Amino acid sequence: MLTAILIMALGALVLGAALGFASIKFKVEGNPLVEKIEAILPQTQCGQCGYPGCKPYAEAIADGEAEINLCPPGGMEGVRKLADLLGRDVKPLDAEEKPKQVAIIDEQTCIGCTLCIQACPVDAIVGAAKQMHTIVESLCTGCELCIKPCPVECIRMETISENIDNWKWKYPVIELKRVA
Amino acid sequence: MLQLFKFKGGVKPDSNKTPSVQMPIGIAPLPPLLIVPLHQSIGGKPNPLVEAGERVLKGQLIGGADQWLSSAVHAPTSGTVLAVEERVAAHPSGLPTLSVVIEPDGRDAWIERTPLDYTALEPERVREILRDSGVVGLGGAVFPSHAKLAAAKSVPMEELIINGGECEPFMTCDDILMRERAEGIVRGSGIFRDLLKARRVLVGIEDNKPEAVAAMKAAVEKLGENFEVIAVPTRYPAGGAKQLIRVLTGKEVPASKRSPEMGVQCFNVATAYTAWRAIAHGEPVLSRIVTLTGNVEQPRNWDVLLGTPLRDFVALGKPKSDTDRYLMGGPMMGFEMPGLDAPLVKATNCIIAGSPKLFPPLAPEMPCIRCGACAEVCPHELQPFEMYWFARARNFGKTQEYNIFDCIECGCCSYVCPSHIPLVQYFRFAKSEIWSREREKNMADAAKARFELRNERDEREKAEKAERLARAAAAKAAVKKAPAESVSEVQTGDTSVAAVAAAPLDAEAVKKATIVAAMERARQQRESVQPKNTEGLTVAQRKEIAEIEARRLPLQELSALNADAQSSQRKK
Repeated sequence: MLTAILIMALGALVLGAALGFASIKFKVEGNPLVEKIEAILPQTQCGQCGYPGCKPYAEAIADGEAEINLCPPGGMEGVRKLADLLGRDVKPLDAEEKPKQVAIIDEQTCIGCTLCIQACPVDAIVGAAKQMHTIVESLCTGCELCIKPCPVECIRMETISENIDNWKWKYPVIELKRVA
Repeated sequence: MLQLFKFKGGVKPDSNKTPSVQMPIGIAPLPPLLIVPLHQSIGGKPNPLVEAGERVLKGQLIGGADQWLSSAVHAPTSGTVLAVEERVAAHPSGLPTLSVVIEPDGRDAWIERTPLDYTALEPERVREILRDSGVVGLGGAVFPSHAKLAAAKSVPMEELIINGGECEPFMTCDDILMRERAEGIVRGSGIFRDLLKARRVLVGIEDNKPEAVAAMKAAVEKLGENFEVIAVPTRYPAGGAKQLIRVLTGKEVPASKRSPEMGVQCFNVATAYTAWRAIAHGEPVLSRIVTLTGNVEQPRNWDVLLGTPLRDFVALGKPKSDTDRYLMGGPMMGFEMPGLDAPLVKATNCIIAGSPKLFPPLAPEMPCIRCGACAEVCPHELQPFEMYWFARARNFGKTQEYNIFDCIECGCCSYVCPSHIPLVQYFRFAKSEIWSREREKNMADAAKARFELRNERDEREKAEKAERLARAAAAKAAVKKAPAESVSEVQTGDTSVAAVAAAPLDAEAVKKATIVAAMERARQQRESVQPKNTEGLTVAQRKEIAEIEARRLPLQELSALNADAQSSQRKK
C-alpha cells in the first residue's frame, strides 16, 4: 500500500519536474498564430483596420477581438486566406477594394515641412526641413497616411499602371460567338 | 558513332521549313527608322547612354549593362538619335518599353573596331567583352551568354553542346546560318570551349537539315577541331536545351540544378557565331538572321538590323493580301506581334505571316476528358491535365506541387489536346500569377522590416529624449540646491553677507563694461578703415564726394537719434 503511494508520488514528482523544465526550456516566444496571421496581412501598416499597424491587427484577430474583413489592402483574397487559416466564415470586405497605389509628392508645391516624413510608417519619404521631399516609389506601400498631415495638399495617390515588368498573362477566356 | 539517347514525349508537326531556305541569306536594306529597345535580354535593364539629338556611329554603345546579369545594347547603324522614349515592344503585352529611336544617315559608319586574340586575354576579360558586346542566347531565350560561361566549381565541364536543333516548324534561321557561316560558328564554339574548359564539343543538328550537318562537318574538318557533329532524330522539341542535352549525353538535368552542375552547357549556333564576331572582329551584336515566312510571296532569311520596325521587315517578303497577323517565333511557342511598329529584337528568330487559311481559328475549348494525351507528349514528363485543373481553379500552390515551373511552354500538350484546350496559356497565366504573388510577398516582407526598424528607432529616440530631460532636470535641481546651500552658509558666517549681496551688482557692471568696450573697439575699427580709391582724383570728383558726404551727414545724425530713441524705449 505504502509502496504504491510512494511510487505514484515519485512518478508524479518526476513527470511534473520534466513538464516544468520543458515549459521553461521550450517556451514559445510570442503567439505563433499571430505570426501566421501577420504573414497573410499585406504589411502596408496603413491602419485602415482601426489598429495601429498590421501586427496589432493580427494580435486582435488572434484574440478574437477583431473581424477578419477589415483590411482593404489585403482585399477579398486576404479575407479568404484568413478564413482558411482560422476556420472562420468568409465575409465580404468591410470597405471598397482598391487597386495598388503609390503616393506622389508634387515637388513644386512641397514646402518641406517634414510632416509626411514623420507619418510614413516605412520610411519611404526622403527630405529635410525646408528642403523638397520625395517618395521612394519602390518602398511606398500606398497606405495614404502621408496625405492627411500635408498642410499644402501636395501629395496624391496614383494607381500603379500596368507596365512591361508587372504585366501578367491573362486568364484564358473563351470567346463567345453568335452562331445563329 | 556516338550512342544517342531519347527524351520522352514530343510531337512531329509539319516542318514547313523548305520554302524559306531556297534563297541564301539576304542583307536587309536600311530602314528609315530604327527603334532599339534597351531591355533586350534576361536580367538588368541597360541604362541609356545617349540623348536625343546625339549622333551615333554603327556599333556605338547606347545602353550599358547595369549589373553582371545584363547585356549591352548598341546602335545598329550610324545616324542621329531622335528620341529616347517609350515605344511599343516586341512583347505579347504590346506595352511600351524604353527605346532609342535612331534615324540612319545612310553612311553606315563604324566605330573603331579592335579585333582581339582571346587566347591572350584573361577569361574574366573575355566574359566582360561578351557582355559589353551584347552577346546573348539567340535561340530565343536571350539569356546573357557571359553568365553561362563559367564552369561549376565542383564539377568539371564534360560536354559543351552547340545547339543547331531548331525544331520549331517554319524556322530556318539557324539552318541557313550553319550552311553559310559554319566557320564562324565553329570558331565561336572554340571560344566557349576554351572558357569552359570543356572536354568534348558536340554539335547537335536535327536530321532534317542534312546540308547544315555537311557544312558544319566540313568547317570542323577545315579548322582541324575535334568537334563531333551529330544528326539527331527530328522530333519537336529536340532543340530545347534540356532535350538536346538528354539526347546527346543521356544526362537529365533535374529541376533543382543548372546544367553546369551536371558538367554540361548548351549554346545556340547563332550565339557562338556572334561571340566569334564580337571577340575576333570587335563587332557587337547589331543584327541577326531572321526567317520571314508563312503567308508571304518571297519567304527568305534576312540578315536584319536589330530595331528594324516589323512594317519595314515584312515588306521584304511581300505578304499576301489576306495576311491578318504576324507571329514572332514559331507556331508552337511564338506570340502575335502587337503591331507593325514593334521592332525586331535579339529574341526575334522568325516572323511568320499568318492568315485565316494558314492558321485556321482554333475550335472552341471543350471540357477536359482526362485522356492523358498531354502527359504522353510532355517532354518534361509533367502532368498537364492536372496542372490545367489547378491553374483553371487558380489553385496555384497545387500547380507548383505538380512542378509547373519545369514546364518549358513548348506547346506539345496544346497541340495534341483533343478538346482544344489552350493548356500553355493556362500555365503561363499560373506562372505569372505566382511570380506576381512572390513579388508582393517580398515587398510586404521588406515593408514589415522597415516598419519594425522605424518603430525601434522611434522608441530609442524617445528613450534618449527622456534620459536627456531627466538629466537636465537633475542638473537644475542641483543648481537650485547650490544657492540654497550658500545662503545657509551666509546665515552661519555673517562676514560674507556684503560680498554675496554685491556679487549680482558686480556681475551686471562687468557685463556693461564688456559691452561698452566692444562698442568702442568696433568704432575704432570703423574709423581705422580708410576709404579706398581716394588718391589721384580730379577736382570735380572730389567736389562731388564732398557734396555726397554733406548730404549724408544729416542722415547719419538722424539714424543716431533714432537709435537713441529706440534704446531709451527699450530701457523703459
